[in-house]
Amino acid sequence: MKTIAVDERGYYGQFGGAYIPEMLYPNVEELRQTYLEFMELESFQREFQSLLRDYVGRPSPLYLAKRLSERYGVTIYLKREDLNHTGAHKINNTIGQILLAKHLGKKRIIAETGAGQHGVATATVCALMGLQCIVYMGSVDIKRQAPNVARMRMLGAEVRPATSGSQTLKDATNEAIRDWINNPEDTHYIIGSVVGPHPYPDMVARFQSVISEEIRWQLEAHTGRDYPSAVIACVGGGSNAAGAFYHFLNDERVRLIAVEAAGLGVHSGESAATSVLGTEGVIHGSRTLLMQTSDGQIVEPYSISAGLDYPGIGPLHAHLIKSGRAEAISVTDEDALQAALDVTRMEGIIPALETAHAFAALDQMKYAADDVLVICLSGRGDKDLDAFMTYLDRVEPLGIHSEK
Amino acid sequence: MNRIQALFAHKKRDILNIYFTAGYPQRDDTGTVIRSLVAAGVDLIEVGMPYSDPLADGPTIQESGTQALKNGLTLALLFEQLQAVRRETEVPLVMMGYFNQVLQYGFDRFLADCVATGIDGLILPDLPLYEYQTTYRQQVEDAGLCMSFLITPQTTPERIHLVDELSKGFIYMVSSAAITGAKQGISDEQVAYFERIAAMDLCTPRLIGFGISDHATFTKACAYASGAIIGSAYIKALTAGESVEKTTRTFVAEVKGTIV
Repeated sequence: MKTIAVDERGYYGQFGGAYIPEMLYPNVEELRQTYLEFMELESFQREFQSLLRDYVGRPSPLYLAKRLSERYGVTIYLKREDLNHTGAHKINNTIGQILLAKHLGKKRIIAETGAGQHGVATATVCALMGLQCIVYMGSVDIKRQAPNVARMRMLGAEVRPATSGSQTLKDATNEAIRDWINNPEDTHYIIGSVVGPHPYPDMVARFQSVISEEIRWQLEAHTGRDYPSAVIACVGGGSNAAGAFYHFLNDERVRLIAVEAAGLGVHSGESAATSVLGTEGVIHGSRTLLMQTSDGQIVEPYSISAGLDYPGIGPLHAHLIKSGRAEAISVTDEDALQAALDVTRMEGIIPALETAHAFAALDQMKYAADDVLVICLSGRGDKDLDAFMTYLDRVEPLGIHSEK
Repeated sequence: MNRIQALFAHKKRDILNIYFTAGYPQRDDTGTVIRSLVAAGVDLIEVGMPYSDPLADGPTIQESGTQALKNGLTLALLFEQLQAVRRETEVPLVMMGYFNQVLQYGFDRFLADCVATGIDGLILPDLPLYEYQTTYRQQVEDAGLCMSFLITPQTTPERIHLVDELSKGFIYMVSSAAITGAKQGISDEQVAYFERIAAMDLCTPRLIGFGISDHATFTKACAYASGAIIGSAYIKALTAGESVEKTTRTFVAEVKGTIV
């Protein structure tokens, strides 16, 4: 097996690179030359680790989900990224990048956000460090993730609506990139996923790799074995999946399951299942799989989950899926909503709509009874209560509960 | 000789390059726009290939591209439109768009269609120098096409020399740190940058673009380069104007200072 690692130019196999306009070159090149050395600095490591422990609340628990395990006849552990400060895995990356931004002397932070979790995580670290924060968010997402918009405002961030295209994550990313072109000197762009030009995909994966690092030793403590049979994670751009897969990438004993949003159905025309519908191209500075027309126009995706409503995937995931190292599963809105309801009532945990897709994938997977599965519970679902209530009103009118 | 190189060989200053979005305002206006620009005395024309996600462009070009796509413009249709107009004019034509469009169309097929159509140059702002140098340069040069790369106020001298080496025809000098159509006027800081680059004695002629919108900015830019590029201001004029011919005639005359 070939080792899975990024090369100096930011390629995983044929995917990656830095396809950016010249206006962005100095900033991206500065990051490329800095990030690896910076991450090895003892001063960075000390501050990063102490913030992850005392501010974020790491390590996040690895929890044996007993009722869910019984239901599926397999051992299921949940990696509880939802218990991190701000309620998702996104903060692991924003802590790392804000320290890098300070190191580079940047005064102004911009970010894109879909579900709002990355926006909140960015606004949080900006408040912590006293830096100006501007978050671009699609107008559609501003409406469907209102609680996170309120949190960002409370944290002092300016939320700027992206009104072009599908008015979702793709368009918010376009606007953030345009902002960076206009403000090249004082601004750092904290990308929230393993997308964008090199070094972002690798940098974000490294900051998120704390997830799989902890899974290894926590699983050993629980089971005496430091690797699971499979790791399951949802993929929009793919940052929680990259973090949960990271230390198992080159361990073929571990199946890697990337769960995408099928929206109303993979072939319904309203979907975000990039690994099935995507072809090779360039999006947001990276050569990867994306949903596009034969003329290279990027297709507007659809998913009920704002965090998965993205027409591309990170180049690492494109490489993992195309090379056969990872398996892709796609899950519809409807199945994700039902999975969220089931997990909530079986384990007392309300997962984010994004994460609910990973749970729904269990219904489509084959496994042996003695398998040990780890699901990355990437975020909590408070932000999605509106969508959940609409679903409940439909499946449980008049408040009649189904027996589990 | 390539038409772009021929132009720069005989005209050393005040070259006016106008960008427009193909298929805008109406799908079949591509030919009309080019004919009108030629009639108005424009030296070089950039044909914008409308794209869904134009990262380096501001709202004006972005919206015109969205409209052109709604109008039903495809690359195949665009090549047909350009073939028709090429029979009537020898004006140098440059295709400008994003790398993904060319990649999907097929790089080889795209180059072949450019050659068959009589296209002279390419600008793909998100095709990195490194990828061009290692993968695509030979094919582009063998096809006889001029590739123009961008430099900005932040580009290092070392990299400017690389751009000079890889660019054929002209270098696209971005006037300030900005997306297209974002800033008005030319500051002292920009003039210092123009002077710094002019003093580098590059082999390739330079055209200054971004923020050039009228006679004043065009004249100022021309003092420091072989000419300048106007995009968003022309698109705005087309959007507001009644007929393509009349709008173009008035717009170009104003830029050149032939009417006041």
